Amino acid sequence: MVAKFELDDDSVVLIIGTGSGGGVLANELAQKGVKVVSLEAGGRYMPEDYINDEWDSFAQLAWTDTRTTSGDWRVAKDFSGLPAWIVKAVGGTSIHWAGASLRFQEHEWKPRTNYGHVTGANLLDWPIDGAEMAPWYEKAETKLGVTRTGDRPGLPGNNNYKVLEKGAKALGYKEVHTGRMAINSVDYDDRLACQQTGFCFQGCKWGAKWSSAYTDIPKGEATGNLEVRDRCHALKIEHDDKGRVTGVLYADKDGNHHFQKARVVCVAGNSIESPRILLNSASSMFPDGLANSSGQVGRNYLRHVTGSVYGVFEKPVKMWRGTTMAGIVQDEARLDPSRGFVGGYELETLALGIPFMAAFLDPGGWGRSFTSAMDGYENMAGMWIVGEDMPQETNRITLSATAVDQFGLPAPNVHFDDHPNDIAMRNHAYARGEAIYRAAGATRTLPTPPYPSTHNLGTNRMSENPRDGVVNKHGQSHDIPNLFISDGSQFTSGAAENPTLTIVALAIRQAEFIAGELSKQNL
Amino acid sequence: MTTLTANRGLRGNALTRRQLISRSFAASAGMIIGAGFIAAPDAAWAYEATTLKPETMATLVRMARDIYPHDRIADEFYVIAVKGYDTAEAAPGVEAGIAALNAAAQGAGHADYLSIGWEDDRVALLRGMENSAFFQQIRGGLVTGLYNQKAVWPIFGYEGESFSQGGYLHRGFDDISWL
Ligand SMILES: Cc1cc2nc3c(=O)[nH]c(=O)nc-3n(C[C@H](O)[C@H](O)[C@H](O)COP(=O)(O)OP(=O)(O)OC[C@H]3O[C@@H](n4cnc5c(N)ncnc54)[C@H](O)[C@@H]3O)c2cc1C
Ligand code: SF4
Repeated sequence: MVAKFELDDDSVVLIIGTGSGGGVLANELAQKGVKVVSLEAGGRYMPEDYINDEWDSFAQLAWTDTRTTSGDWRVAKDFSGLPAWIVKAVGGTSIHWAGASLRFQEHEWKPRTNYGHVTGANLLDWPIDGAEMAPWYEKAETKLGVTRTGDRPGLPGNNNYKVLEKGAKALGYKEVHTGRMAINSVDYDDRLACQQTGFCFQGCKWGAKWSSAYTDIPKGEATGNLEVRDRCHALKIEHDDKGRVTGVLYADKDGNHHFQKARVVCVAGNSIESPRILLNSASSMFPDGLANSSGQVGRNYLRHVTGSVYGVFEKPVKMWRGTTMAGIVQDEARLDPSRGFVGGYELETLALGIPFMAAFLDPGGWGRSFTSAMDGYENMAGMWIVGEDMPQETNRITLSATAVDQFGLPAPNVHFDDHPNDIAMRNHAYARGEAIYRAAGATRTLPTPPYPSTHNLGTNRMSENPRDGVVNKHGQSHDIPNLFISDGSQFTSGAAENPTLTIVALAIRQAEFIAGELSKQNL
Repeated sequence: MTTLTANRGLRGNALTRRQLISRSFAASAGMIIGAGFIAAPDAAWAYEATTLKPETMATLVRMARDIYPHDRIADEFYVIAVKGYDTAEAAPGVEAGIAALNAAAQGAGHADYLSIGWEDDRVALLRGMENSAFFQQIRGGLVTGLYNQKAVWPIFGYEGESFSQGGYLHRGFDDISWL
């Protein structure tokens, strides 16, 4: 039975956002008997609603509220109003995601120690490590049904993967396989095995890919402890004169304002909205925004070193057929500063349809150079670079002085400058990616610039010392004990891996902590 | 008739190629330009301009092809991609933009843009105005206007939606044979 809680019920845990972090946290708490109200700005869409069409799906799911950009990253020029490609819907960006689910490598938990001082970078060690996270990763892998973990088999390789594998193996790469994916290779958790439709980014119509939209959220609701209020947009977190948060002011689908009281507030609105909510909640007691005594709220914005390489071959590849992220080369994810940069990167297959290829292959590009590449579409293979970027204090989310959203609240500005380490890594990855495709017979390779950010991280980071970050090792804010951060914004660093498995593992771990603290009356 | 028609001619009357040509006053750059309309030389399609001058429409179509030239894509799809500018709101800006393009052509010693024979020479003019708001409006609009037409996808080999056919699990997701 779906729960319904009163606005003045101050015993509930209120979670903002129902994506990978918030959706999992809500279910995990509900399973433990904790009462939860989840506020979700977007509507509810289930597999039958998802659309196998890139722009129609974008219109259905994407977060397109007003945002502005600045900095030297190319996204600020090409997509100035769309710094990030993320979802506004119950389930959040777990509807869009491709499903790549990788654990951090041991050294990546301690980047300051292992990389040393990097000029211009605000590197910091996480207050947790691989040993601490191992059991939580295992729970996360079981929840998501990650292939090649536990006893779950890998997915079969599609055409796009086969091209990558051939080139990578020809160059001597060893760790080349069809990935660890939150996509069923066999029926699992009452969900079908992958039907190789493609369109993983547009929401999996078979439910073969994990998304909180049709797993954790309905499971949490079935406990009778979780109420999800969709099309309810959190505006401001309020607090009492003791500096503890008391609840959240939100606007419902008709624009009416309500105040939901809460015992604990967890923020999981993804790494642009989460710091923005804290900043927009400034008060006379907290003039710089909530949980911001360190001044780090909104800073250290991470988006991974990304970019794509497409290769055009003499004969058809039809890369769009089957799983979008169908395989991986992991050999370059190691730490090896002799390559001219610290941190590492993964290479993962990627495919876009014609509509998105036109928009993203070379934004702003035109003429024969562009169109002859498009003419090679059927014969193209594609891969995506995902590598560790350097946290920089000046890469940050701030409140715009001029732009406002549909509620009249200051819009977020996303500022990003590439760090020299990021540029060195991207150039290295382009060269390796092009070499892989040439080794497989490509007649042309296309090093493609980064898309609007899909991995948004770091803007409320975890730190041992309250001076260095926003939350402690449980995602609990250093300043306000009943305020938590439950999404990728708590990342201290980005590591080379796609972030969601770690977001989910942290959310499961945080649920255990919050439930324990609640029962000990510490919250 | 408000949009493109496949050999249905203007206002629903099927026109033969000869009738079309008899009503036209210019046949330029592969298109027939008539009073209020442009059409394919073989009358396979015709577009009746409601607000834009037909010469402007023809020049815009040529400009669109020069920005994103695909030799296997017929003019018709470029017409569909830009016909959204044939409105009272958009037309003044487009007339001004095309006038500037023709002025640039004249500055380079041509009668107008449409009369320039080689794509390279037209592209050189476009490069010169690449940062103008007009050029960026037309180019930006084409990214979806041209490439999001389902009818052009098969020309690129792209198969579009696949869910209704059960995905590619049994339809060749791994059928590459030449590797
Ligand atoms: C195309 C694409 C492919 C990806 N592929 C992968 C992959 O293969 N592997 C991987 O690990 N990661 C991948 N990612 C990234 C992954 O989806 C995200 O990292 C992850 O979903 C982030 O989780 P989150 O909880 O931080 O935010 P989200 O999942 O974005 O959830 C945030 C939710 O909060 C809601 N919200 C925000 N503000 C408010 C507010 N004020 N009030 C109420 N609700 C609000 C939003 O509507 C949203 O539903 C991909 C992302 C994209 C876009
Ligand atoms: S390819 Fe597989 S995982 Fe991706 S959308 Fe299709 S069925 Fe889902």
